[in-house]
Amino acid sequence: MQSNNLLELAGAISSGAVRVVDLTFTLSPDFPVIVLPPEFGQAAPVRIQEISRYDGRGPAWYWNNITFGEHTGTHFDAPIHWFTGKNLPNNAVDTMPAKDMIAPACVIDCSAQTAQDPDFLLTVPLVEAWEATHGRIPERNWVLLRTDWSKKGWRDYSNLGDDGAHTPGPNPAVMKWLVEERGIIGFGNETIGTDAGQAGHFEPPYPAHHFLHGAGRYGLQCLCNLDQLPATGAIIVASPLKIQNGSGSPLRVIALVSST
Amino acid sequence: MIEPIKPPRRKNPLLRTRLPASPPRPRSRTSHGFTRAAAEGRFMLQSCEACGSFAYPAREACPSCLSAGLAFVDAPRRGTLLAETTARVPSDVYFRERAPWRIGLVKMDCGPTIVAHLHADCAEGAPVRMSFQLDKSGQAVAFAHPEGETPNMADDKQWREMTADPKFRRVLVTNGRSVIGQEAVAALKAAGAKTVFVGVAEPWRPFAGERLLRGQDGIEIVTLDAADEKSAADLAADIGGKVDILINTTEYVRPGGLLDRRGTSIARDEIDQAYLGFINLAQAFGPAMRMRGADGINNSAAWVNILSVYALANWPAFGAYSASQAACLSLSHCLRAELRPGGVRVMNLFAGPVDTEWFQTVPPPKVAPRAIAQAIVSGLRGGLEELYVGDVAEEIRQRLAANPKALERELDR
Repeated sequence: MQSNNLLELAGAISSGAVRVVDLTFTLSPDFPVIVLPPEFGQAAPVRIQEISRYDGRGPAWYWNNITFGEHTGTHFDAPIHWFTGKNLPNNAVDTMPAKDMIAPACVIDCSAQTAQDPDFLLTVPLVEAWEATHGRIPERNWVLLRTDWSKKGWRDYSNLGDDGAHTPGPNPAVMKWLVEERGIIGFGNETIGTDAGQAGHFEPPYPAHHFLHGAGRYGLQCLCNLDQLPATGAIIVASPLKIQNGSGSPLRVIALVSST
Repeated sequence: MIEPIKPPRRKNPLLRTRLPASPPRPRSRTSHGFTRAAAEGRFMLQSCEACGSFAYPAREACPSCLSAGLAFVDAPRRGTLLAETTARVPSDVYFRERAPWRIGLVKMDCGPTIVAHLHADCAEGAPVRMSFQLDKSGQAVAFAHPEGETPNMADDKQWREMTADPKFRRVLVTNGRSVIGQEAVAALKAAGAKTVFVGVAEPWRPFAGERLLRGQDGIEIVTLDAADEKSAADLAADIGGKVDILINTTEYVRPGGLLDRRGTSIARDEIDQAYLGFINLAQAFGPAMRMRGADGINNSAAWVNILSVYALANWPAFGAYSASQAACLSLSHCLRAELRPGGVRVMNLFAGPVDTEWFQTVPPPKVAPRAIAQAIVSGLRGGLEELYVGDVAEEIRQRLAANPKALERELDR
């Protein structure tokens, strides 16, 4: 019976047989945001303003007003975020199917390469090599790129040079291939953005955004703790805030991982 | 001959910090003609439009010819010290704490006789140079200086009460990412500041000039995003008790007014950075500064805002920015009133377009960031409240005073 399976899952979570791994950075004002040329509109940074803290403004309670852009902190990209996905049905965070918020993940560990090369790019041959070991990437799976980038200090994390950011990501061919040949549900990265830091110079520019959202798929970025996930078998729960016609949102991303 | 002041020792934690007291405040409305002069560093006296004679103190009618036409005009500063006296046990708390205190009678070359606070190097019978200064109550007082330079002149005890000299003081420059901020740091260090704390928001973003700031003696880079409430509060928790001078170098310039912009996100950023940043800084650092207004040689002394002169009159090409600056100007008057009990002065420095990337397409004259930095130091040393830096700022001020409507129409181009 389905319901029994679900209860078993709840029991396994409670007993620790299924681990819950938090893949989320704390949403805070000092977390780096995407850097665009200053003449463009900018993502509002995270601001936390106290309403009261057990004081004259509210004697028994503590609460804050918060403001932030849709693309701050660990966040979700919906298809409407990119021009390629602008005309798709149900392409915003409030209209996307709720069932897309839970899906398995394939984690491709490239941390050895990214330790050597901040401009490391994931390619089709690299994914094929991963598949030779772990099997073909199933449809409607997340592909998460493990780079250990999330373990860096903020300056190295954003790694801005005078020619832009230098952070790892996918190349155009692999993005098109993952979407069209593997039917992935989305792509996740530890860096600020699903795309590499230099992806503005690719053809097409920002290929992860271009191909994912053009096909109605999703993006996750600023993920952490990917090193605690198995190469296959983890279940990702990623449910963005239900912002009206929202292009994305900060969210709590968790992974369910079997301990056995 | 003045003994040079010495770098203050660390505070004795067993002693209570001396709280600020204020010299007497009451003035007649007419007397605020001197307040205006002092705020701008000018020496102005009432001059009779009928007979030309100068009057002092403030009068409603000319003491020579009874004409009511007494306008404040710039007056010659030279006089002679007729007599001096030293108050050893004054009844006023402020002066009692600072006694002995010297005052004297100065006969001005232009006529009137003025009771003035005396620089220690002023001698009876010798010529003096007069100025109006703002005292710790923010009110104008006459001050007599020796005619020429004397050794360690700026270290005079009574003079230091009238100024906010950076010497030996600890300064927070709130935004060190900007050229203005970096020039201010250099100028304040050169002026003898003990420590210059330099606020840097989003330290993960590299910025030009960063290497120069790092590793310099007496310069401490601190994380400060003034627009973030918690960031300002966190920094104040660390260094709030040792900020003697705060230089608000927040700079957020974006072109555009209303109709050619879409939406409010840029305006929001302007308000966030300039106005809310100001509030965050004031709430974080203001209370301790107000409390430490009499805390020895390095007491808290001044708060400096760098404002656009278009705070006074909107420049539509930078219309929304002008409005954010006007909001900050208004707020600065509130801050001035609230810091007054601590004797902490609020100096507003007005500048026209600065020679930075955001005014790139604006034709000269533009103000060099270094000129702003030098003006900050000279304004603090002179105890000023309003400063206009550069030709554009000075011109806007004069045109505003002459005919605000004409200025409004002419800025609309």
